Amino acid sequence: MTAVDEASVAPPVETFDNRVPFAEELIEQARRDPRVVAVCNDSVGSSNLVAFREEFPDRLINVGIAEQDLVGVGAGLANAGFVPFVCGAAPFLTGRSLEQVKVDVAYSQLPVTLCGMSPGMAYGELGPTHHSVEDFSWLRALPGLDIVVPADREQTRQAVRNAVEMPRPAFIRVGRFKVPDLPKGTPRLERGRIQTIRKGSDVTLIGLGSTLPRALAAADRLAADGVSARVLNAAYLAPLDVATIEAAARETRAIVTAEEANVSGGVGAAVSAVISGLESSARVPIEILGLHEFAPTGSTGFLLERYGLTEESIAEAAKAALTRG
Amino acid sequence: MLHADPERVSAWRRLRAMVADATPTERDALLHEQATWIRRSVVSMIDSARQGHIGGDFSVTDILATLYFAVLDIDPGRPEWPERDRYIQSKGHAAASLYSTLARCGFFPPEELDTFMAPLSPLNGHPNRNEIPGVETNTGPLGHGLPVAVGTAIGAKLAGRRSRTFVALGDGEMQEGSNWEALMAGAHHHLDNLTAIIDRNRLQQGARTEDTNALDPLDEKLAAFNWEVRVVDGHDYAQLLNAFGPSTTGRPVAVVANTIKGHGVSFIEDRVEWHHKVPDADQVRAALEELV
Repeated sequence: MTAVDEASVAPPVETFDNRVPFAEELIEQARRDPRVVAVCNDSVGSSNLVAFREEFPDRLINVGIAEQDLVGVGAGLANAGFVPFVCGAAPFLTGRSLEQVKVDVAYSQLPVTLCGMSPGMAYGELGPTHHSVEDFSWLRALPGLDIVVPADREQTRQAVRNAVEMPRPAFIRVGRFKVPDLPKGTPRLERGRIQTIRKGSDVTLIGLGSTLPRALAAADRLAADGVSARVLNAAYLAPLDVATIEAAARETRAIVTAEEANVSGGVGAAVSAVISGLESSARVPIEILGLHEFAPTGSTGFLLERYGLTEESIAEAAKAALTRG
Repeated sequence: MLHADPERVSAWRRLRAMVADATPTERDALLHEQATWIRRSVVSMIDSARQGHIGGDFSVTDILATLYFAVLDIDPGRPEWPERDRYIQSKGHAAASLYSTLARCGFFPPEELDTFMAPLSPLNGHPNRNEIPGVETNTGPLGHGLPVAVGTAIGAKLAGRRSRTFVALGDGEMQEGSNWEALMAGAHHHLDNLTAIIDRNRLQQGARTEDTNALDPLDEKLAAFNWEVRVVDGHDYAQLLNAFGPSTTGRPVAVVANTIKGHGVSFIEDRVEWHHKVPDADQVRAALEELV
């Protein structure tokens, strides 16, 4: 490597596990508001609730390895006037307890915050049993349930604060796979709003959670090639910000969605449904990046690459979509 | 969302006072009168909707009458009162008996019962708390009520409230694994403010429980899960009242209420086909003749 090449290598970007700010903010909120309680399924460690338990031993309810009971108990605590944060590894919290999430939380409209820890393919080599890539498809089918996907430390804190300020049925993806912080000046998370992180006029890149920084990096690559990419953060997958999606379809010539999830019912499917209802001039090509299968063995990074969830692949998908446009 | 019927609420208050002051014989007569009203209402509702679950409605009716007219610390005029006792009907399919009971207490006007399962009626085939005051949580799929009840009971303790939680389950429903998760949690958390009532009518939709996936010895199983178990006649008001008293051991209470599915109408009693059979006109007349 030459001296010039070395100088052109950017310093490594620091990345973070969002379970840490989640737990810190939950403790902050519990200090301020006696209604805040945590419920978990033996996941005190993996949900990063050790410090919470030390400070509020009575307010951490561990139901053991019993996810149906976990969500039901959360609903009962909400009925009793508490603001429960029900924490568990995302695949089990959503999959094993799906009917409880549907009936006890969403249909009953009891203000429970479901905290899906280590979502997506965070558990890499542990395989599809431990991946939570179906959660978007499953939960988007439930009316009245917010789906929140914070992309960095500050957004994770905001998601917790929002849940205490305005308790309502919600699912938060709390990422374990380390991600960088978003650029300074990123707007505050607002319920039901897709955020514009970067302006652009040729193509729109929509990411959420772990894929958002990759979409931003892809936009840098595209800019170097003279392509102006808008980057949207679908931090609220539900309720869906239809207006921002429609504007992207009308103001740019193609859309790429990137999600650490199965594509059958996630952000790509949501965006497609919106666009298919628009006038023909706005029905732009869409590239949907995500999973189509049960993942083979591999690290999280390896699997993200396999499913095209890298800055290179997102940039290439944008160019391909523009070509089709 | 339905709203309280002030006249019915006043009538319910007077009735509660009468029940509280009555001799055991008078009390039983008053509770029987309420149960009969509920059962007659169920017959009319199912007749008019042409669907429903009459067998399970009738087996749980005396439990409902005892709870709402003699036990629960509630105010039908203020269904969201935080200090209230909670009653959760896990066997949501017995909705007609629950709705009739709630209407009789004044949670909403009894005329609404005529809309049972009609298009856009708040009175769905399974209860919805967002439409009906007095419904604590939505039920229908089995095995949901007890976990939620464990949560309300933990909540009452955390909040330092004296309020109690009662939950009624069908016996067939005890085949759901979620209930056994919740039984463990209830005992582990020493929920002496929680009473689970198992409507032990020994029939499920398709056959006898013991011929399907046997539950016996149910009392011993519940005791082995560290619950204080009380086995009673689920149609005997004195026994039910006794069973609904507070825990004496610091453990949650499980009441195994031995009932007869379809209790009150001879040709419906203990017959598997009456899980959700709808009576024809002659059967409606015959049922109402027996329900006095």
